Amino acid sequence: MKVLSEERTRILFEKLTKYIGVNVKLLIDRPDGTYCFREKKDRVYYISEKLLHLAQTVKPDNLIAAGTCFGKFTKTNKFRLHITALTYIAPYAPFKIWVKPSAEQQFLYGHHIIKSGLGRITENTPKHQGVVVQTMSDIPIGFGVAARTTAECRSADPLATIVFHQADIGEYIRSEDTLT
Amino acid sequence: MEIVNEILDREQKKAEKYKPIIVDKHLEVEFDIGTLLAYDSNDLDTKLLNSNTDEYLQSLARDNTQLLLNKVWELPTERIEEAIVVRLPPPTTVLPRAKPVPKPRPLTKWEEFAKAKGINKKKKDKLQWDEQLQKWVPLFGFKKAAAEKEKNWLIEVPQNVDPMTDMYEKKASEKSEKVAKNELQRLKNIARARKVKIPRVGLPVTSDKASANQLATAATVAKASTASLGKFQDKLPKEKEARGKGVHELIPGKERKRKAPIPTPQAEKEHNLNVLDNILNKRPKIDMDKAVARHINTEQIQ
Repeated sequence: MKVLSEERTRILFEKLTKYIGVNVKLLIDRPDGTYCFREKKDRVYYISEKLLHLAQTVKPDNLIAAGTCFGKFTKTNKFRLHITALTYIAPYAPFKIWVKPSAEQQFLYGHHIIKSGLGRITENTPKHQGVVVQTMSDIPIGFGVAARTTAECRSADPLATIVFHQADIGEYIRSEDTLT
Repeated sequence: MEIVNEILDREQKKAEKYKPIIVDKHLEVEFDIGTLLAYDSNDLDTKLLNSNTDEYLQSLARDNTQLLLNKVWELPTERIEEAIVVRLPPPTTVLPRAKPVPKPRPLTKWEEFAKAKGINKKKKDKLQWDEQLQKWVPLFGFKKAAAEKEKNWLIEVPQNVDPMTDMYEKKASEKSEKVAKNELQRLKNIARARKVKIPRVGLPVTSDKASANQLATAATVAKASTASLGKFQDKLPKEKEARGKGVHELIPGKERKRKAPIPTPQAEKEHNLNVLDNILNKRPKIDMDKAVARHINTEQIQ
């Protein structure tokens, strides 16, 4: 478990602010204890100080993961969010998209959301904004990037992509072996 | 009668002079005739051994030697130049070696890689049929060189190459470069086997074009090559430090840098909040996309 380098911290926060904006502060500055980001084999874990101390008793070679995996750094040093981060992103996300029950499955199989599957969308969503995808009953099922603004969505044709797929809870089954 | 007695007497005296060749043993003595080895597993007579040690041991040694020689005499004998000789059978006893077993030669980098990947060396034929020359050409050697010369009496200059280039010279230089590279790798393998630290060679010299990665590395190295290790050098707006395998070692001052100590939770939090503030403040105050979207939105509502 390494402390993230200056550059990597910046890359991570830049990505997180795309999804939850100023609320990243709430992840770092929590009233219920100190939480921090740690890196292990290019994967970033969000972990409480208390748990981190316990994890440090394990030999680094034998430790696979500790805390919640937020995502990983690619070989080109870009940060990619994993679905495991959804628990922390969903409550803070200012921009959300609700999908119709008929389109849920499509999304959970890793497809983009098209206009016909769009149930509701947060007002004034800008283009390329990170959004959390929810079912009509407010259960978060993944996240993506808005392909169109809210205004553009109204005039888009039914087959136009509204949200680019980033991660969905179907990955818990599809990529079971790579998620930590 | 006298003569007979005399002969018998003489024989008896003779027999007394020589010890008998038949030896009785409680347990059979084991032999390895190949190494002329006899192994007596009988118990020693402690009483005799204590009373007169030397004599007892001598007689024991004689008896066993006698048994061994009896065995040797059982083998077919030959006569070579007045001497009777025996051909000993191959030895059965395994003798331990005096020196330690030599260590296997350390593998070269390629051999290591091939072993990991399961690549086996394929045996090539020494001669190969050349369609163009209609004859068998060896894999290497003067006949191969002669064949090449015969084949390449003319080399076309490709479209993308300067028409005035000497293709023969180019080919020769390519070949010599390959030889030099092989030699370098050979030396590197030796250095690795002996665990000698090789001085770094810097950036690879490329005859043609450098890749983006090489250029980025060169720029980073050049920037850090000041007395203060590039600390006070200006930065371009979107400049990135070169990364990747083996790059870190090339940058001056990087290898000497110690690992930063793990910060206290409080300090880390503060630092993280600072970084975050920087990111949030960097965003433009007026987001044009957002403003336009809002404008369209208000228009549609009206």
